[in-house]
Amino acid sequence: MNHDYQYTPKNGFSKWLDKRLPLMRFADENLLSFPTPKNLNYFYTFGFILTMCLVTQIITGIVLAMHYVPNTLLAFDSIEHIMRDVNYGWLIRYTHSNGASMFFLAVFIHMFRGLYYGSYKEPREIIWILGVVIFLLMIITGFMGYVLPWGQMSFWGATVITNLVATIPVIGEPVLTLLLGGYSVDNPTLNRFFSLHYLLPFVIFGVVILHIWALHVTGNNNPTGIEVKDSKDTISFHPYYTVKDLFAYIVFLLMFCYFIFYNPNILGHPDNYIEADPMLTPAHIVPEWYLLPFYAILRAVPDKLMGVLLMFGSIVVLFFLPWLDTMKVKSARYRPLYKIFFLLFVVSCLLLGYLGAKAPEGIYLFLSRVSTIYYFAFFLVIMPVLSRIEKPLPMPIGISNSALDNSVYDSGDGIASGAPSYAMDSVNRH
Amino acid sequence: MNISKIIFKNNFYFFLILFIISGSVSAAEGTTFKNQKPGFSFEGPFGKFDKESLKRGYQVYSEVCSACHGMKQLSFRNLSQPGGPEFSVEKVKAIASGYSIIDGTNEYGEPIERSMVLTDRFPKPYSSKDEAKAANNGAYPPDLSLIVKARVDGYNYLYSLLNGYEEEIPEDLDIGDLSYNPWFPGGAIAMYQPLYDESVEYEDGTIATIDQMSYDVTNFLAWAAEPTMEERKKLGFIVMGFLFIFLILMYLSVNRLFKDVH
Repeated sequence: MNHDYQYTPKNGFSKWLDKRLPLMRFADENLLSFPTPKNLNYFYTFGFILTMCLVTQIITGIVLAMHYVPNTLLAFDSIEHIMRDVNYGWLIRYTHSNGASMFFLAVFIHMFRGLYYGSYKEPREIIWILGVVIFLLMIITGFMGYVLPWGQMSFWGATVITNLVATIPVIGEPVLTLLLGGYSVDNPTLNRFFSLHYLLPFVIFGVVILHIWALHVTGNNNPTGIEVKDSKDTISFHPYYTVKDLFAYIVFLLMFCYFIFYNPNILGHPDNYIEADPMLTPAHIVPEWYLLPFYAILRAVPDKLMGVLLMFGSIVVLFFLPWLDTMKVKSARYRPLYKIFFLLFVVSCLLLGYLGAKAPEGIYLFLSRVSTIYYFAFFLVIMPVLSRIEKPLPMPIGISNSALDNSVYDSGDGIASGAPSYAMDSVNRH
Repeated sequence: MNISKIIFKNNFYFFLILFIISGSVSAAEGTTFKNQKPGFSFEGPFGKFDKESLKRGYQVYSEVCSACHGMKQLSFRNLSQPGGPEFSVEKVKAIASGYSIIDGTNEYGEPIERSMVLTDRFPKPYSSKDEAKAANNGAYPPDLSLIVKARVDGYNYLYSLLNGYEEEIPEDLDIGDLSYNPWFPGGAIAMYQPLYDESVEYEDGTIATIDQMSYDVTNFLAWAAEPTMEERKKLGFIVMGFLFIFLILMYLSVNRLFKDVH
């Protein structure tokens, strides 16, 4: 793929259109001929998979909203009406409920990939930050969506999580009352959650557009973490990555379909098939699996306010990642120490997820405290320290040239192929 | 309401303590009994409901369970729809007409009582939750429409529970007025043993042992919780089959496309 490639309208209509609204040019430059590093592996297909997840959730969600009734007396039965009487209602509802789980599974892999290959580093800080914004919006949307079926877990989960707000000094309780539309989770809460659950996916969609826009300004990172130098390093997005992404998406869909058709309730909680009862507290109140790591952090702290702050802090800290890890070498491939700490980080996240479903006592409480400490230490201590002391492995000169770049060790600090080559790349493209 | 006061005043801390207590209590309560697994025809990716068993299961429900437990999500028409017991429409009409319902009022404001039709929901055993509790020692008999999906390992649990009442109560357990059932969390259950040999006389001549009735009614309740299960598994096979062929084509495409990219 040549960077000097220009879109040329081929017929009379496209020439006419190109002068007025360059829609075809935009599509061509961003979807078809967009120069993409040729060495992207399958971890890089999750951007496309996530886009499809969002579209699936929006389409199934719109159909569900046609049949769902956001009223505490009718909500539970309206879901059963969808499951039993609406044509293919069971399919739409199971796709939507399992789709949320698939969405989070994909976003976790996408984020771990970004962490591993240093995709948050200069010049991609904004892409990363927008990604964290999307993640935060996803959590809020997912949480509100789980309330809508008005089962026991819906009600009690909503009660527990919204009450976290009340721990904030001074403004906590008035904000809680505003959030709930009253003094406890009730019909006004369900109404506003439904309204916001419908709104937020479109906000996510907007931020996704910004996320992709920012990506298309800097171009993709790649598994080597070395910036693209010239057209030898890239291939066009279409057909190479459209086909590769589609292949990965079908693998993902097969797993998705297993859940929809053969095990649709395994990721949910049986208690949510019991209609909400404010007078009867379930034995265990647990959130959906994708929120368990955060729940474990919340419960690892003996002080309630500190628990809430740490839980939110675990996401807020991600915003500062580009400035906590200042190592110029991006990819963990060339960072032997970082690689080990990264793997430990993945283990600590999985462990937190496991512990979030367990009662916070004994060995479980101890382990969740250790994991929580490691979670924060990874960002706040390990990353800044490694940035100073770690000696990266020899790196190739470029994506296409596997000869080793000796300048790394000659100059002693940082890496030669960093910002300068990026600058060169932008000159080439614009 | 009282509950809103409790939630609001004590908010988060109350619940945190509640979790810790409830967590430890239920951990201590953890039953040592593993659910019995009689094996059901609807299990597995190609599982289908055993229609004869569903029919017998409905008979057990209507003659025994329905005295206390409602099934508000079910209508009579469901009994004849594909993927269920598939009674004939005439048979279901006959079943429905055996029940009556107050359906609105006439021009003088007097209640109209009529016999039920296909589109009516199953009759309710009690007119209100309070009435249900009063008639059952203060315990509310839960609606059974979704009971299989509302319990962990639902159908095996239900089968074990119905089949698992025991006369001999462990010495260290004080169950008061309740019955002893080791499969019920805690062991003390408010529901008296509902099934005894020959509790029903099966229309098809099957011998109604406790085990047979537990099995049949569990089958019926599994269908009632998920009446679209057969359709779901059938469609799943077609969709995944299509995707699998698509996958092979895409795999070949990716390989061919990236052959020359080095």
